Amino acid sequence: MMEITEGSHAIAEAVRLCRPQVISAYPITPQTHIVEALADFVANCQLDAEYITVENELSALSACVGASAAGSRTYSATTSQGLMLMAEVVFNAAGMRLPIIMSIANRALGAPLSIWNDMQDSISLRDAGWLQFYAEDNQEATDLHLLAFKVAEDPAIQLPAFVCFDGFILSHTYEPVDMLTQEDVDKYLPKFNPSERLDAADPISFGMYATPEYYLEFRYEMDQAQKRAKDVIAKAGKEFGAMFGRDYSALIEGYRLEDAETAIVAMGSICGTVKDAIDEMRADGKKVGLLKIRVFRPFPSEEIAKMLSHVKRVAVLDKNISLGAKGATVLEVRDAMYGSPIPVKGYVLGLGGRDVRKRDIKEIVALSEKGPDDQFYGLRKELI
Amino acid sequence: MAEKTCDLFDCGHRACGGCGAALAARLVTKAAGKESIFVSSTGCMEVFSTPYPETAWKVPWIHSLFENAAAVASGIEAALKKQGRKEKIVIMAGDGATFDIGMICISGAFERGHDFTYICYDNEAYMNTGIQRSGATPYDASTTTSPAGKCSFGNKRPKKDMPAILAAHGAPYVATTSIAYPADLLKKVETAINTPGPCYVQVHAPCCTGWGFEGEQTIAIAKLAIETGLWVNYEMIDGKVTKVKKVVRKPVEEYLKTQKRFRHLFKPTRQDAEIAAIQAIADKNAEKFGIDIKIPPKKE
Repeated sequence: MMEITEGSHAIAEAVRLCRPQVISAYPITPQTHIVEALADFVANCQLDAEYITVENELSALSACVGASAAGSRTYSATTSQGLMLMAEVVFNAAGMRLPIIMSIANRALGAPLSIWNDMQDSISLRDAGWLQFYAEDNQEATDLHLLAFKVAEDPAIQLPAFVCFDGFILSHTYEPVDMLTQEDVDKYLPKFNPSERLDAADPISFGMYATPEYYLEFRYEMDQAQKRAKDVIAKAGKEFGAMFGRDYSALIEGYRLEDAETAIVAMGSICGTVKDAIDEMRADGKKVGLLKIRVFRPFPSEEIAKMLSHVKRVAVLDKNISLGAKGATVLEVRDAMYGSPIPVKGYVLGLGGRDVRKRDIKEIVALSEKGPDDQFYGLRKELI
Repeated sequence: MAEKTCDLFDCGHRACGGCGAALAARLVTKAAGKESIFVSSTGCMEVFSTPYPETAWKVPWIHSLFENAAAVASGIEAALKKQGRKEKIVIMAGDGATFDIGMICISGAFERGHDFTYICYDNEAYMNTGIQRSGATPYDASTTTSPAGKCSFGNKRPKKDMPAILAAHGAPYVATTSIAYPADLLKKVETAINTPGPCYVQVHAPCCTGWGFEGEQTIAIAKLAIETGLWVNYEMIDGKVTKVKKVVRKPVEEYLKTQKRFRHLFKPTRQDAEIAAIQAIADKNAEKFGIDIKIPPKKE
């Protein structure tokens, strides 16, 4: 049923329908509306979960580690500084192969302090072993939570997942969202039934220490699970499409890309702006298309190379920067295109909530046609 | 050869001979029983008991990180509650994980009132990383980060009063005990486990490697700590001290001179003022807890 609702509330409702048994979170802007809504569901018996009000984010995810290891479906949400505070646990949870789902309302990192959107937070933890989904709009942000639980808990995967959506731009925006029913979600998402759990009837040890004789293979197994996730996402995404009409089987999506000369590569809510800009450029006879990355981990290298094989140039938009190097996406796209003569150019933009408008996208397309290469876009020259 | 088994904390682990912490693990698992889930912090015990693919734990066991055992236990408790399970949750963490790096997680978990038992095996320094001082290191102990030297007598601060801090959180049961008194330890751990809410038991667990003594001396040294008043075994119920082990006190010197970590107080020259300062700590403990057994003078 379509409802006009705030992004955070739509996400909280989706999480409720996934029936997490343990929720553990700490408030941080712009994630708060989600955890407030979930607390309200628990307080009104609309969600039968233990809600742990922890004293900081490190404990938020640590409690999820305990709950997940004990065999409960487990959820948290955070952003920015909170994600950095829990960083040690982020790596740990993946290493222990605990399928915790965490919403990330993407926000910039300090200093300087900024509560506004970019993707530096989740991108900075790209190496942690978590699956990373990025939503373009609130419908996708909502649906991806169901997909994330299903994929993460798959016995072939057993990895945690971030469901990322732009802070404020999506989390605080009212949009029409098709809300699923409990019956729908129960049909799609089976009960969490891990093969291993903390249980006195069958004692096992979790989180042992590994000498150099064993460590490398643990990491290899995690990487293999990430790679297997491509097929599991395809299957779970297709099933979602068959049941609810929105197919998420592809890790990437093209928009007017078939005959494009310039391909823009982007993630998150900026894709909506890019699509509008493309429509206007197309009306002016400019052959521009979009490649949207929905899944950043596992990274769809082969899929990207294939989808971009016919274009003349690629312009990658990064709402993050690996300082001293480049934006994370352009590095990975360029790696995916290795050996191809097609030029790939990177544009770091929108950091700390700087608006990106249609005219910016058009300017970037013009820039990509003549160079120069990788750059920050939209700098206020008078401040430098 | 027939397979030999030793309790729920099995033999074959990698601890030093005479390790106080390993003895604590044996006793605590025995008190807790099979229907329990153990949570460890990073530290000596975690490393010597779980070198993959081997484990000494015959109860379900989890280690996540150094600082977060109390938060992990909070999550387990929530999950068990939701699943309708009744296992008891026991944390086993060292003094560094408890007094220092885990303080925020512990404070949060005790304030929230989760039902678990937190056991701190207190060997009074970071032994896993090579004997660095912690908030539990006693006054004047020489460690690798508080070394005695030409212008230092070692650790400059007395032990943090962790039991009082957790009692102030409203913990229904707080106790101190020692590996030298197994019956007392077993009873206190059982009481803690059977008391609803977050309970804390601090176990004095001498470390032969870190303190500098031969492994066969562990129990004797743990006893001397009590007999000199430098460690007091007591119970606190709802914040009030209820039971205290009383002793006929010996001078602190008898404890100090058994360990290399205090050797600088005696060699090359005897440091009377420092020994007196440590005696004052024991005297203060004796007065605060009323541990002295007064022996009436013999009638002529």
